[in-house]
Amino acid sequence: MNLNATLFAQLVVFLILAWFTMKFVWPPIMKALDERAGKIADGLAAADKAKTDLAHAEKKASDELRKARESAAEFRSGAERQVAQLIEDARAEGARIVNAAREAAEAEAAAASQRAKEALREHVAVLAVAGAERILRKEINAQAHAELLTQLKSEL
Amino acid sequence: MAAEHAPNASEYIVHHLTHLNSLGHKQAALVDWSVFHLDTLFWSISLGLLAVLILARAAAKATSGVPGRFQAAVEILVEMVESQSKSIVHGDRSFIAPLALTVFVWIFLMNAMDLLPLDALPNIWSWMFGVAGHDPHHAYLRVVPTADLNATLGMSLGVLILCLYYSVKIKGFGGWMHELFTAPFGSHPLLYPINFAMQMIEFVAKTVSHGMRLFGNMYAGELIFMLIALMGAAWAGTAGSGLLWLGGVVAGTIWAIFHILIITLQAFIFMMLTLVYIGQAHESH
Repeated sequence: MNLNATLFAQLVVFLILAWFTMKFVWPPIMKALDERAGKIADGLAAADKAKTDLAHAEKKASDELRKARESAAEFRSGAERQVAQLIEDARAEGARIVNAAREAAEAEAAAASQRAKEALREHVAVLAVAGAERILRKEINAQAHAELLTQLKSEL
Repeated sequence: MAAEHAPNASEYIVHHLTHLNSLGHKQAALVDWSVFHLDTLFWSISLGLLAVLILARAAAKATSGVPGRFQAAVEILVEMVESQSKSIVHGDRSFIAPLALTVFVWIFLMNAMDLLPLDALPNIWSWMFGVAGHDPHHAYLRVVPTADLNATLGMSLGVLILCLYYSVKIKGFGGWMHELFTAPFGSHPLLYPINFAMQMIEFVAKTVSHGMRLFGNMYAGELIFMLIALMGAAWAGTAGSGLLWLGGVVAGTIWAIFHILIITLQAFIFMMLTLVYIGQAHESH
């Protein structure tokens, strides 16, 4: 083993190589590593944010759904009430029409029977006069007996 | 290797352990500051450039989007270094963390040269040397820079300099001086020299053990690969040499697989100790 000037040459080379690494190798690699670490951190944060956003959206959606369900139920009960009202109204209207018709029919029937009675009275008076004519076999003055006939008519 | 006669075991290993230096022959003195190990410099600088260019390529293409496999692999590495440095060094890490990354990748690549076939690159080199008109016998080449004490001590010396720099930067020169003389035993004039001596021993021990640990592991690993290669080279057509050759194959496989662990572990240990020592410079006693 011999010691010689190689030692100092090696020392200088050693320092130059270390300087080169410090200058040109280390910074870009560390920069890339740090940037990647930052990117990963950002990605994780974004994932977390997306998760909370999703939870929010889900909550919102279920709220909306619940609201929609409530308003639908409201609509339905309103419609049911309206339908019941309509049916009620229609039923009342029908009853009213039926009553009116019955009343009209009754009034008409009463008028008809009255007219029949009138006609019958006329006929009875004529028949009575004719009968009395025949019974009396004599002419009866209609004018002279009008009062009597009217009285007879009204008694029928 | 030699064309005329096959080298004996000792020659083979000595040849493999001889550096290609600026002298052209083996350095005689233990320490000679005028000599360079050309092979260590070539391979460590080439692998260092390869390391930073691979990393720079990943850095240039890095996006914060979905990463490709290459980018993800580099990112795993960067994250590992970043988390280690974060837990060890408390303070500004804009230079220390990239330093640790460079140390790990670079040392791993230099250690990984051990996994190449032992004779492959030296043989190519000796062929080139011969073609160039030189004696191929003297074409020395060692391909594992971290099995050269100069390389590992050079790097641990770099760590020491950074430790001193950060000590002064964090604590101020006065604060650091105060610590040098009052830690670890306490503030008393009689204790000043002892404290200072302890601190000096600590610095030297840290730096030397830091460099020596990596060097020792890689040198020993390389040596074992050479011994295994000698087993394989014993093939001579006889039953006994056949068994040796088979043993070489088995042992080479096992050692190479184990060495994958060692080269990674040693690179990791060097990086961690770099962080620990610089981290200590950030903390006051």
